[in-house]
Amino acid sequence: MSMYHTKTVTELSAMLQAGEVSSVELTRYFLDRIKNSDDKLNSFITVCEEQALAQARESDEKLKAGNAPALTGVPVAHKDIFCTDGVKTSCGSKMLDNFISPYDATVITNMRKAGVVMLGKTNMDEFAMGSSNETSYYGAVKNPWNLKAVPGGSSGGSASAVAARLAPASTGTDTGGSIRQPAAFCGITGLKPTYGRVSRFGMIAFASSLDQAGPMGQSASDCALLLNAMAGFDEKDSTSIEKSVPDYSADLDEPLAGLKIGLPKEYFDHKEGGMNADVEATVKTALEQYKSMGAELIEIELPNSNLSVPVYYVVAPAECSANLSRFDGVRYGYRCEDPKDLNDLYTRSRGEGFGAEVQRRIMVGAYALSSGYYDAYYLKAQQLRHLISDDFKKAYEKVDVIMAPVTPETAFNIGEKTDDPISMYLSDIFTIAVNLAGIPAMSIPVGFVEGMPVGMQIMGNYFEEAKLLNVAHQYQQQTDWHKQMPEEFK
Amino acid sequence: MSSAMNSEWGKWEVVIGLEIHAQLATRSKIFSGASTAYGAEPNTQTSVVDIALPGVLPVLNKEAVHMAVKFGMAIDAEVADRSVFARKNYFYPDLPKGYQISQFDLPIVGLGSIDIELENGDKKTIGVTRAHLEEDAGKSLHEDYAGMTGIDLNRAGTPLLEIVSEPDMRSAKEAVAYMKKIHTLVQYIGICDGNMQEGSFRCDANVSVRPAGQEEYGTRAELKNINSFRFVERAINIEVERQIDLIEDGGEVVQETRLYDSVKNETRSMRSKEEANDYRYFPDPDLLPVMITEEYRQQVRAELPELPEQKQQRYIDELSLSAYDAGVITASLALSSYFDTVAEKTGDAKLSANWITGELSARLNREEIEIDKAPVDAEAFAQLLSRISDNTISGKIAKDVLDAMWEGEGSADDVIESKGLKQITDTGAIEAFVDEVIANNPSQFEELKGGKDKMMGFFVGQVMKMSKGKANPAQVNELIRSKMK
Amino acid sequence: MSIDVDEVKKIARLACLNIDETDMPSYATNLSNILDLVAQMNAVDTTGVTPMSHPFDAVQRLREDEVTDFDRREDFQAIAPMTEDGLYLVPKVLD
Repeated sequence: MSMYHTKTVTELSAMLQAGEVSSVELTRYFLDRIKNSDDKLNSFITVCEEQALAQARESDEKLKAGNAPALTGVPVAHKDIFCTDGVKTSCGSKMLDNFISPYDATVITNMRKAGVVMLGKTNMDEFAMGSSNETSYYGAVKNPWNLKAVPGGSSGGSASAVAARLAPASTGTDTGGSIRQPAAFCGITGLKPTYGRVSRFGMIAFASSLDQAGPMGQSASDCALLLNAMAGFDEKDSTSIEKSVPDYSADLDEPLAGLKIGLPKEYFDHKEGGMNADVEATVKTALEQYKSMGAELIEIELPNSNLSVPVYYVVAPAECSANLSRFDGVRYGYRCEDPKDLNDLYTRSRGEGFGAEVQRRIMVGAYALSSGYYDAYYLKAQQLRHLISDDFKKAYEKVDVIMAPVTPETAFNIGEKTDDPISMYLSDIFTIAVNLAGIPAMSIPVGFVEGMPVGMQIMGNYFEEAKLLNVAHQYQQQTDWHKQMPEEFK
Repeated sequence: MSSAMNSEWGKWEVVIGLEIHAQLATRSKIFSGASTAYGAEPNTQTSVVDIALPGVLPVLNKEAVHMAVKFGMAIDAEVADRSVFARKNYFYPDLPKGYQISQFDLPIVGLGSIDIELENGDKKTIGVTRAHLEEDAGKSLHEDYAGMTGIDLNRAGTPLLEIVSEPDMRSAKEAVAYMKKIHTLVQYIGICDGNMQEGSFRCDANVSVRPAGQEEYGTRAELKNINSFRFVERAINIEVERQIDLIEDGGEVVQETRLYDSVKNETRSMRSKEEANDYRYFPDPDLLPVMITEEYRQQVRAELPELPEQKQQRYIDELSLSAYDAGVITASLALSSYFDTVAEKTGDAKLSANWITGELSARLNREEIEIDKAPVDAEAFAQLLSRISDNTISGKIAKDVLDAMWEGEGSADDVIESKGLKQITDTGAIEAFVDEVIANNPSQFEELKGGKDKMMGFFVGQVMKMSKGKANPAQVNELIRSKMK
Repeated sequence: MSIDVDEVKKIARLACLNIDETDMPSYATNLSNILDLVAQMNAVDTTGVTPMSHPFDAVQRLREDEVTDFDRREDFQAIAPMTEDGLYLVPKVLD
């Protein structure tokens, strides 16, 4: 029995190109793994067996014909936030439980063009609002390292599926840490690109000025391959940046000697955020590793970063309160039974179709934008956003990358924080500033605390994804944390 | 009612501001590639963006921006270097996203102005506060669908320019004059087809009253979606009357939206339990600021066509039309195009203007149709006038010919031919008529010869009658005079 | 910042959400807590700071005025809760 699940995308791609395995065989293999193991994890909402095999057959033909792109035939799982033509796209919500999208997101189109086979759609926090994957209408996702623990969120299904090797790689989206935090909790590598690098068209919007899609995989080099396919200018997205896409795999092997790493003191001195000492120590060990590779560690300041959580909880809810107004039971999605009038149709369809966390955020946003409060909340938050962003700009005058923990602690237990939204929000304390500024950032696995993975965050300047991937890849050449697999899914 | 009977509303002064919605004549929608053509089957001109599927994003139509700038240049307004789209949040079934993409604090066109002509011929300048780009909503069809309302989103996403005036108008007539002026302008510069039946050009009116001489404004009511010039005047007047009666009876005007019911000729409150609408405007994060350069502004200014007032002046200066005729003709782009064709074909601008402002306009008004619906097109009309110029028919006969043409009986030449209306220019034939009339009326003829000039009319009339109007009156005159010698 | 049940009702109305009477107090508590968290923003004086609504100083790109999308009513209405004669149906709208 071949152990395809122990292979990275980089390896599988080479095997496919060499004809050592067919896409159909590979796709069947992962579909079987999902069938056999996902009941423990609940990481998929929809498995696309038929479509996947059809795409695999097509890929095999292309491979045979030669000159097929690198990812041809590689099976990947997509977060259920991307609209997929003819396939249910639920966004983790009862609101869209019956929604078969009539069109493809640009990310899906791009991946398809690159030859990727879609295994299925992964579970997620409802409308990407959550940090634990517990707000999903389809139930909580479990962390493969400890089935009692959360996988993080909102891209929890994507992280869990890759960690358990039910898929060689996946796509995710990150509005306040939704790729990096689950990647850290599940011990995989995840990249949130620069805002505007990957098209948002067809990606169901949570907070439009913060949302960004990115790859989640076993390694930095896998993420580079996936980003090559995902990224690019899209004329259907006004916020997409008209800038050519470099080959993200090209610079992976650049040596790190002389690399200047900034360490924001606010991310290490964190006494109030419940920073776990062992997690911090693990991150520091990784920093030592970088030092030994020739990098220079420089303390920097991001003085306004402590305000990123409050700012985020104005900006994101405000944008989402409008973004989610389209779910009204009229043209698609959930519609309540026997509405007695128009208002009843609206309020019950939305009240019954959205979960509690989504409703909370919509209300916070509606409040923050309402007459008399706009300046105090929304405008103030937008001003602070400027300050937070300027902090990064100043820092990158001095350093090449910034490193910090991804989360204050390892994956917490399912149910632990569900009654206390604020403590849940604070688990994103280290990841949010990146989204407010729009810069790219990664999470890479750097060790374990009590058997649970620890992630380290690498933040880069605008459009420096290649630099981040290079920095992460070099570390992964020296360590094997990213190769660890949970016992139960080996 | 007493005060309302007074043409100037007694001691009350009326204050009116208009918000005009002009649909921009783009091919595709403001944020999607769906067609804007009117009259398609319901929901067949909607894209994923227009029905607001999850995940879709807006991309701004270049031509919509171009047209807005054109308007700004035409009214000498400030066209903003930087303008921003905002979301206006409210729930309504014809608004698929639950918000309308509009512009709020940073509109594309800022302060400008336009002159209107008052009834006494004076000019008055009306300020245009701003004009901003936004998307139109769909339509709710209230015919009964098993007790439900049907929603058609074909119109959703059609670009609109909302033109907001200052509260500078003091009567319904001024409001109509202003609205007509804007209506003419948007057609001249080619940004709106002006079709009011199809809703391409609509208007909301903010109406308030205050005691004459008082500086601060009274509380205003907003009259929604008035779609004809006649209704604007009636709706405003009926609302003014309501407000004055209300105040004089000790009541207070409430700030609210009211709907004009043209059947009952009354305005009524639209949403009784409307909580002062809180639209929660904020900059749309899916769209970036629109930047307009000085170079672009100048380029658009340079390409502006001749504007109504310029054209009017040219008609006066170059074609020697009266100010009145020139004004009437240029008040409508379609009418002035019609005139241009007729004048060119006939080579007689004066005659063309007289007939267009006279006979043609009278017929249009009688049937309440616009020039583009006239059954006689400019070429056919020109032929008719040419037949007057070349003496084939008299002006009087020409009116009958026009009537026949109007009824679809063919071209001027066809009608003249088939009805045998061709003027008799054969001197012999006319002379025979003249001789006969003189023979029948000897005493009258003596009076004429005796210097009673009034008798000339009698004789010409008799000859014309005998010839069934076909004799050339000038020739008749001449012949009678020759008989008197 | 404290939000009471009446205010929750008002916001819910604005956001078109039907919330059970019994859930109101917990929404009030949670929203109050969130607003307390948000109130930390007031610690920084932002007078004169330009608000940032986008990560970049980018400019809106403009699309050519071309019709590129054609009738897909059948696809779109296949997923609609209620339609008739090509129209989406909603309970009677009264002005």
